[in-house]
Amino acid sequence: MDLGVPIGSLRLKNPLIAASGCFGYGVEYAETVDLSALGAIVVKGLFLNEREGHPPPRIIETPSGMLNAIGLQGIGVHRFIREKLPELCERRAVTIVNVCGSTLEEYVEVSRILSDAEGVAALELNISCPNIKEGGIQFGCSLTGTHAVVSAVRKVTRLPVIPKLTPNVTDVASFARAAEEAGADAVSLVNTFLAMAIDIETRRPKLSNVMGGLSGPAIRPIAVRMVHECHQATRLPIIGMGGIARAEDALEFAIAGATAVQVGTANFVDPFIWPKLQHGIEDYLTRHGLTRWMDLIGTMDTRKTS
Amino acid sequence: MPVDVDAAVGANTRLSRDYNVLALEAPAIAAIARPGQFVMLKPAHGTDPLLRRPFSIFEILRDPHGAPAGISILNKKVGVGTSLLYDAEPGRRVACLGPLGRPFTVKDPPVEAWMVAGGVGLAPFATLAAALARRGAKTTLFYGARRAQDLFFTDLFERVGVALVLSTEDGSRGHHGLISDPLGSALASRAADAPLAIYACGPTGMMRAVASLAGRHGRRAEVSLEQVMGCGMGGCYSCVVKVRRGSDVPHFVRSCIEGPVFDAAEIVWDELTH
Repeated sequence: MDLGVPIGSLRLKNPLIAASGCFGYGVEYAETVDLSALGAIVVKGLFLNEREGHPPPRIIETPSGMLNAIGLQGIGVHRFIREKLPELCERRAVTIVNVCGSTLEEYVEVSRILSDAEGVAALELNISCPNIKEGGIQFGCSLTGTHAVVSAVRKVTRLPVIPKLTPNVTDVASFARAAEEAGADAVSLVNTFLAMAIDIETRRPKLSNVMGGLSGPAIRPIAVRMVHECHQATRLPIIGMGGIARAEDALEFAIAGATAVQVGTANFVDPFIWPKLQHGIEDYLTRHGLTRWMDLIGTMDTRKTS
Repeated sequence: MPVDVDAAVGANTRLSRDYNVLALEAPAIAAIARPGQFVMLKPAHGTDPLLRRPFSIFEILRDPHGAPAGISILNKKVGVGTSLLYDAEPGRRVACLGPLGRPFTVKDPPVEAWMVAGGVGLAPFATLAAALARRGAKTTLFYGARRAQDLFFTDLFERVGVALVLSTEDGSRGHHGLISDPLGSALASRAADAPLAIYACGPTGMMRAVASLAGRHGRRAEVSLEQVMGCGMGGCYSCVVKVRRGSDVPHFVRSCIEGPVFDAAEIVWDELTH
């Protein structure tokens, strides 16, 4: 059974990736999960400097999902390289770093620093976080902004560049095309949906930041649709995510066109989910007479049913 | 290292219309849990509720041979998940991840220990009292609730030799008022050079009062904070608490891995929500 996945110059041993913001810096799970058995991990978004994030409450559960407004609390790129990356290397984790920036220059600077560090496998560009005021989603909601960030980072790194797209746009496929034209190696989607919830007794928003990002099974069908649209529109590998909680969900994304998948919210519910997902995928491939994961990608049958 | 046990519900003891104690068969967790640690529970498969919720480990349950067989939790019915745990019949399965978090510090050699509990904040003290009793420490439980009928398990503590100081807000049992009143008097009358460990768990206002009293009397206190948690493993950064350590600028730390037990003097109480 070959579960291998090529993402640009990178080859993952399987398509299962821990989603950024849902797996800390990876080291938090080192005792629980064999990090080297995952296709990759995407660590929490990093700016140049440390960030404090939003005050609590930072999450609230909603029907089949959750809202979060963490505000990208983080230790900054330098402390990450010093304090976390060595352990990730030692544990042979394939480490993708989620790169944040308030300005174009910051994306470039953080990417340059990470490209010089030992042990970073790829850069995921966070142009889609809905919870910060400056940068981020501002780039991800404009085609020119997306193109500008991707092409600027492309110039300073040989690592695979993977912009993470926001679903909070009218036509996500056009953003995948903009990323492709700017030299991206893949795209990942979707980040969370901008959303909110109100306590009707107090009439106060349930999150301190008022608005947050919706994730979990609630968003899955929309995410599958968006992966399908991007698959139609570009030749780039697509890393699909949005409410994946079972092997069946990962397989659905693959059939829609995702080369690999990320799992976020479901990891909160079950940190031991990874081998379960992998076994479920292997069982499915066996049952369908497939020996390679890649043979499943984008195989949705669109013929009219009689 | 935490384990995830698909735990069968043993006994479900309903204490009142909204409180119950739920026994869970989880020997692998019971064998390694330490006082002050917690578990993340998911009372139903599927997506309602979606996330697990944190619960202090109330008791370590043992089989007839004395081997660890499970844990119990003290539950208060407030939402969907806690209602399922209130209604759970024996045999039902509850996903139980743990033990998690930083436990209480138990001093060696043992010193006299005062535990201060408010309402459901009693939960982490049964295991702590047992651990302290095994070491021969003299212990007192200061325990406050709204009404007499909300003061649970006083006999459980008396059995392991814990002295009780009780209070109720309506005056129906013990001191009429808040538990911080008798705690303040006891601290004031204790010799400054007599060693003492203070542990507190309960409503934020109560813990803040304990922190303030302890500080005024030059005592260290540990508080167990209950924050909204997404994962319990350090992955999501939702359960943060602002702390001030040494000369550092106050900053958010994750209560699931750096807590839930904190040095009370570190907490920036003004910024503690919930």
